[in-house]
Amino acid sequence: MPELRLRINGEDHKADVAPQVSLLDVLREHLWLTGTKKGCDQGACGACTVLVDGRRIVSCLALAVQYEGREITTIEGVDHPLQEAFVRHDGLQCGYCTPGQICSAIGMLSEHAAGAPSAATEALAPEALTPAEIRERMSGNICRCGAYNGIAEAIQEVAS
Amino acid sequence: MTTVEAGVAGGVGTSPKRPDGGLKVRGEFAFSSDLWADDMLWGATLRSPHPHARIRGIDITAAVALPGVYAVLTHEDVPGAKRYGLEIVDQPVLAMGEVKYQGEPVAVVAADHPETARRAAARIVVDYEVLPAVTEASLGVLLRHVPIRTGDPDATADVVVTGEYQVGMQDQAFLGPESGLAVPAEDGGVDLYIATQWLHVDQKQVADCLGLPAEKVRLTLAGVGGAFGAREDLSMQVHASLLALHTGRPVKMVYGREESFFGHVHRHPATMWYEHGATRDGKLVYVKAKIVLDGGAYASSSTAVAANAATLGIGPYEVPNVVMDASVYYTNNPPCGAMRGFGAVQACFAYESQMDKLASALGLDPVEVRLRNAMTTGSRMPTGQIVEGPAPVADLLIRVRSAPPAPEGSGDLREMPGGVSNTTHGEGVVRGIGYGIGIKNVAFSEGFDDYATARVRLELIGGEPAVLVHTAAAEVGQGLVTVQAQIARTELGVERVTVATADTSVGSAGSSSASRQTYMTGGAVRAACQAVRAALLARVGGARLDGGKVLSDSGAVIADLASVIGDGPIEETVEWRHRPTYPLDPVTGQGNAHVQYAFAAHRATVDVDVELGLVRVVEIVTAQDVGKAVNPLAVEGQIHGGTAQGLGLALMEEIQMVDGIVRNPSFTDYLIPTILDMPPMKVDVLEMADPHSPYGLRGVGEPPTISSTPAVVAAVRAATGKALTRVPVRPEHIVG
Ligand code: FES
Ligand code: FES
Repeated sequence: MPELRLRINGEDHKADVAPQVSLLDVLREHLWLTGTKKGCDQGACGACTVLVDGRRIVSCLALAVQYEGREITTIEGVDHPLQEAFVRHDGLQCGYCTPGQICSAIGMLSEHAAGAPSAATEALAPEALTPAEIRERMSGNICRCGAYNGIAEAIQEVAS
Repeated sequence: MTTVEAGVAGGVGTSPKRPDGGLKVRGEFAFSSDLWADDMLWGATLRSPHPHARIRGIDITAAVALPGVYAVLTHEDVPGAKRYGLEIVDQPVLAMGEVKYQGEPVAVVAADHPETARRAAARIVVDYEVLPAVTEASLGVLLRHVPIRTGDPDATADVVVTGEYQVGMQDQAFLGPESGLAVPAEDGGVDLYIATQWLHVDQKQVADCLGLPAEKVRLTLAGVGGAFGAREDLSMQVHASLLALHTGRPVKMVYGREESFFGHVHRHPATMWYEHGATRDGKLVYVKAKIVLDGGAYASSSTAVAANAATLGIGPYEVPNVVMDASVYYTNNPPCGAMRGFGAVQACFAYESQMDKLASALGLDPVEVRLRNAMTTGSRMPTGQIVEGPAPVADLLIRVRSAPPAPEGSGDLREMPGGVSNTTHGEGVVRGIGYGIGIKNVAFSEGFDDYATARVRLELIGGEPAVLVHTAAAEVGQGLVTVQAQIARTELGVERVTVATADTSVGSAGSSSASRQTYMTGGAVRAACQAVRAALLARVGGARLDGGKVLSDSGAVIADLASVIGDGPIEETVEWRHRPTYPLDPVTGQGNAHVQYAFAAHRATVDVDVELGLVRVVEIVTAQDVGKAVNPLAVEGQIHGGTAQGLGLALMEEIQMVDGIVRNPSFTDYLIPTILDMPPMKVDVLEMADPHSPYGLRGVGEPPTISSTPAVVAAVRAATGKALTRVPVRPEHIVG
């Protein structure tokens, strides 16, 4: 099997994996970086969201071999005010969706800052992140515990 | 008893940070799927593809031959009891000669890699003779019938409304799938690290199936990724333990999402016939109801679900004459059991739909007709039980009705049902408002010996007083760890409290279900703290604790708390029970079956595109009496989360069954509310103390799930004029 070199949270990692293995499985099962969660393994829940070069991706739909040489950030490498804000606003219950929510929110904030529009964007000029924008842009991350209002408040607080 | 210590930060009634919050936001919280042990093997399960079949033979040769495979086990390898079950021991650990539902476990495999284990499972050859499947509850074998008779069964009324209602099969769909790690122990037993709702009931069932004494099966709670009832039954507990004992190595099992749909019980689908008779001024004279629940292939908690549907099945209303029959049947559908709301959800959709129908037959406002029949303290349930505690049904209804209306739609495409994917420009968008109110029992009923155990230790750590709370109560996300610490702080006046990991080295806490843990384990922690306090005061002849000092009767300082504990830690273990409940009479359904009732009301405002059949919930207003908000932030979280699951049942969530086959076992096909589906909520929390519960609290978790469903559907009805007698409401029901 080819040896795969991945750069994760500022450190180099090696793994022997077959080409069809997802980035999520490499993280969890080969490197024991279990902070990233598997909720569906088919891109439908967002629990496995990580950042690649600052952009959010669902790692269950990413082939690990395509991410050599990229800067991967998982929840273990995140140090962001959103984390405290999630606790303060009760943006979690069981916490299973939380690593994905936080990585997704970080990626979302930089997308917004870079001027990327969403389906809820009113004008193409950069504007403040409205509650509607936050909901639209976070709609790929399911929280079955229903902590959505806390999640939205935590993100709103950090965004403003 | 001595007085409650006041003034310490982070006690009862406050919202301190949850102790697991930091770990969870940093990705350091170890869920059951994150566990790892040296030399660990991975387990996989082979499941039946048929809803009903005879097994003529199982050939494991090819599976065993695969390199990396360490064990392939069938029912013949189960050393103890071959069956298990919460109420009725009827479910095979591994199928014995017959499979009764699609997904029933037939064999398990342990291998050195999860993929190898799955491949090996696929190589097992099972010779099935497919049999006809019973997939209609009414054609199945009766599992339990709960009749309730009160008043005159032949009562007549001026105004009569009838209806038939259906509830589809909802899935708990917790985000963290079934998983755990079984480690063989030197004493021939097993240590099991597991995400569950009730450690001790798992322990008993696993020990029975392994043929081991309970003390050789030790369970520790691993991180639980949501529960909602689906972790009350066993999933992989016995399988992983069997494989571990068989191979002598730790075995981890983790279900994928598809397997998870087959790995746990679901909410019972229901068909319900109701007839409501009322006077012309809207007073209910009688209710006749027949509720048929599909229990699926095995009993799980079906008997208790049927009792809830029956006893709570006319809602929070005073009705003098009731003929109620709730029945649950075995079929070849997946087993159904506990899900948040537990029998009360199905009935509430039906009786609240009926109340709306009655209102329109009488030309009354829907809230008005409810107010005219609202139960109150002292009301008599159809079981004959008198509602003793506060029952602010009218108050809750008035509160949600008098909340300011939802903001008008701006006409912006992004606010349309379906959002920007909406292909119209709002020509077909109609707004509707609907109401729902529900009733739920808290804790276990019908004479069940319901108790919780807590061990509390007061000691000096680094010269400072500190408390260790140890229970077997499962934190499933609801915030129970926070609440236990809060109670200890309030009772002992010590800020530094640690809640130990739940395990079976302390007595049972009962299940994290039936909205019971803050009441029950909270009650046990309080009682254990009180015992510790009494022992502490007895040491120095003190009368009470205040500000870290032991005081005499007259208020003089006798000693410093730290110096008293300096003589040695104080530890007490207490088993705590709620007031007894009683069985229902098998013929009349009379009996004081429940210990506490809880109520919530919802008002939903929706926009419906009546041409496209799309619904957008614009706003939800809710009011709930929680007796005492032990942790206001967590209470609000429970109300949000419960409401979201009720909204899901109203509009999207259903396991679709065709001839006993699940058609949508994935998150792309089983839809769950996203952050876009959940509207802003106004939450009104009442605190009307229950005279019998700790701090006057009332269970919180389930009521919001119960009344949100009928409120949303009523709003869609108001917008569309359609009858909408089935949930989830689908677009074709709206445009059809
Ligand atoms: S696990 Fe990747 S989106 Fe669900
Ligand atoms: S906190 Fe449980 S899924 Fe979001």
